[in-house]
Amino acid sequence: MLKILKYSFYDLIRSRWSYVYFLFYLLLGFVLLFLNNDVSKAVITLMNVIIVLIPLIGTIFGVMYYYNSREFTELLLAQPIKRSSIFMGQYFGVAGSLTLSLILGLGIPFLLYGLLRSNAIFDFSLLLVTGAFLTFIFVGLSFVIAINNENKIKGFGYAVLLWLFLAVVYDGLFLMSLIIFEEYPLDTFSLVATALNPIDLSRILILLKLDISALLGYTGAIFKSFFGTNLGFLVSMAILLIWTILPILGIRYKTERKDF
Amino acid sequence: MTITIKNLHKKFGKNTVLKGVDVSIDEGRIYAILGPNGSGKTTLIKSILGMVIPDKGSIEVLDKPIKKDWKYRKKIDYLPQIANFPPNIRVKELINMIKDLRNSPSAEQALIEQFGLEPFMDKKLSTLSGGTKQKVNLVLTFMFDSPLIILDEPTTGLEPKALISLKQLIQKEKAQGKTILITSHIMQFVEEIADEILYLLEGEIYFKGGIKKLMEQTRQTTFEHAIAALTTSDSHA
Repeated sequence: MLKILKYSFYDLIRSRWSYVYFLFYLLLGFVLLFLNNDVSKAVITLMNVIIVLIPLIGTIFGVMYYYNSREFTELLLAQPIKRSSIFMGQYFGVAGSLTLSLILGLGIPFLLYGLLRSNAIFDFSLLLVTGAFLTFIFVGLSFVIAINNENKIKGFGYAVLLWLFLAVVYDGLFLMSLIIFEEYPLDTFSLVATALNPIDLSRILILLKLDISALLGYTGAIFKSFFGTNLGFLVSMAILLIWTILPILGIRYKTERKDF
Repeated sequence: MTITIKNLHKKFGKNTVLKGVDVSIDEGRIYAILGPNGSGKTTLIKSILGMVIPDKGSIEVLDKPIKKDWKYRKKIDYLPQIANFPPNIRVKELINMIKDLRNSPSAEQALIEQFGLEPFMDKKLSTLSGGTKQKVNLVLTFMFDSPLIILDEPTTGLEPKALISLKQLIQKEKAQGKTILITSHIMQFVEEIADEILYLLEGEIYFKGGIKKLMEQTRQTTFEHAIAALTTSDSHA
């Protein structure tokens, strides 16, 4: 698997899009720091951008890479290599290079600005960790979609729909159900509903660590009393981990049975 | 026995491609797998390689069942159809990469010279013509020393000189006692090199035997006509 990972990684590192992605974060980091002139505030703005952008880029890159390397995958399948190694190598190659772009792109401007001397270092690391999680989750989901759809256009469509659902539609449904059922106690429901969507979960996790939950009112207090504790933090991380593992299992299950 | 296939069935959705293929491939001979388009030639080859997973039946390569195994592919050199390689990579890098992945001794230098690929070694694959890509494909296949060689449409896009080189290569490998499976639509090529014909029709082995037997059975004087007659005649092997 490591050899496949190495080659996928090199292949992506050399492609133009990795640089565009890296430069985008680099620029975003510098601009935000320049405009806000404050690490903590920059982290908040950054969170709003990357929490939506990372899943989108992860989804599109994942689907694109899978379809573009289909012929090459066939070449590999005829070699004495285990099937799961081929696909796991490609998956970690894509997710790894995207994560590297994220960490370097944001890390460089923040380090130059003096991150190590500010007290936002924990918040910033949390942002990068959740960003890495989201990358792995959405690249995994997009691989599962691509493997299940021979038709490129369909695969692309489903992947973008999935992103749209989790990033936008889910919140809409969530809010609507809060309004419709406002007469009932909704504490547990909103906690569970948040935890089930990796994008929402990441957002809440960062917001609460940034200590601005007061802005969220009563709901904020409930969230804080759960997600804000160490237990809540560990549970959230565990859920993100489960979200990462499930698509990986899906890829392995499906590729063992697929015809090429 | 190099390959033993028993009662092999494969369906893609509603489309039944293989309906109980029974065949055994002996060591040291050249087999041509022929058949009309869509008769299941590529599916049969891909089943042997483990790329297609059969619905029913068993395949043994070198006396070992291949189900859930992958190490046996070390014993097979496979030339895929229409070499469509990753575009961003250079010829030299691709060769080194496959060498690295297979981790077995290889003799690519002589082949590169034989096919005149030296000027292309530093070129990206996307810039190569179809014939040149096929030559790279051939180098990748023949540079290893495996007892079983499977060639899917090896003549595609080759100029006469390269075609002669290919035939020499195949004869050389045969002389070393290797087993070779070939699919091709060029009957002249098949007639020249094949020891035995496997004719697939509608997912079954319709004919198996030498070219002489085929001509006698179909009462034709040329190989091409004999093959064409197989599809229409009611004689069964």
